[in-house]
Amino acid sequence: MADAQLDAKGLNCPLPILRAKKALKELPTGGTLEILATDPGAVKDFEAFCRTTGNELVSSATDGKVFTFVIKHTS
Amino acid sequence: MSDENNAKSMSLIVTKGTLDWAYPPFILATTAAAMGLDVTMFFTFYGLTLLKKDLDLKVNPLGNASMEMPMGGMHIAMPNLLAAMPGMTSLTTTMMKNLIKKNGVASIEELRELAIEADVKMIACQMTMDLFDYKREDMIDGPSVGGAASWVEVATKSDINLYI
Repeated sequence: MADAQLDAKGLNCPLPILRAKKALKELPTGGTLEILATDPGAVKDFEAFCRTTGNELVSSATDGKVFTFVIKHTS
Repeated sequence: MSDENNAKSMSLIVTKGTLDWAYPPFILATTAAAMGLDVTMFFTFYGLTLLKKDLDLKVNPLGNASMEMPMGGMHIAMPNLLAAMPGMTSLTTTMMKNLIKKNGVASIEELRELAIEADVKMIACQMTMDLFDYKREDMIDGPSVGGAASWVEVATKSDINLYI
């Protein structure tokens, strides 16, 4: 279970990333954030976001319409 | 977060002030800021209108050959003869705003607020302010006022420089 959750369902680019960044900022280093999104573009975007910022993309999954990402605040 | 010290930076020259063209600079600026970049936006000519306190942005269909509005499962492009008719700009603006809402796309007001929150630096072009007689008090607090040299100084140190 992640330390915090962010519901970004229904939001489009770049809002899931912007909201996630805000939520990550609130977390201590090592904390995890689970993000729910429906924007298919978020899959590639969260990968790029994590590669650039140095945060760890722990998992990226989908159950059809909803994408679930877990990001660890590592940087 | 170490990204606060990330040396990467981006500058954007924002020259357009219509509802559609307001999106690329604000989307890129907020996203880059979220990814740890130092971002500077230089607003000049019609882009300056995006710094007004009260935004009343419109999208004009006239001469916009690639503008196709989804309607009833189809895409409708508007002939110039129709687009030039009175009321067409407000019609397409309303349609665009409905699409924006329906698709969960942020409003420009919201993106601008997020950009300010993320410490995106904004520079309003002094020359354009004089040219169009814009008053500093008609614009949001925050942006500094400067000229071309202000942008060039930032741009020489930036990893990414965009003209939109």
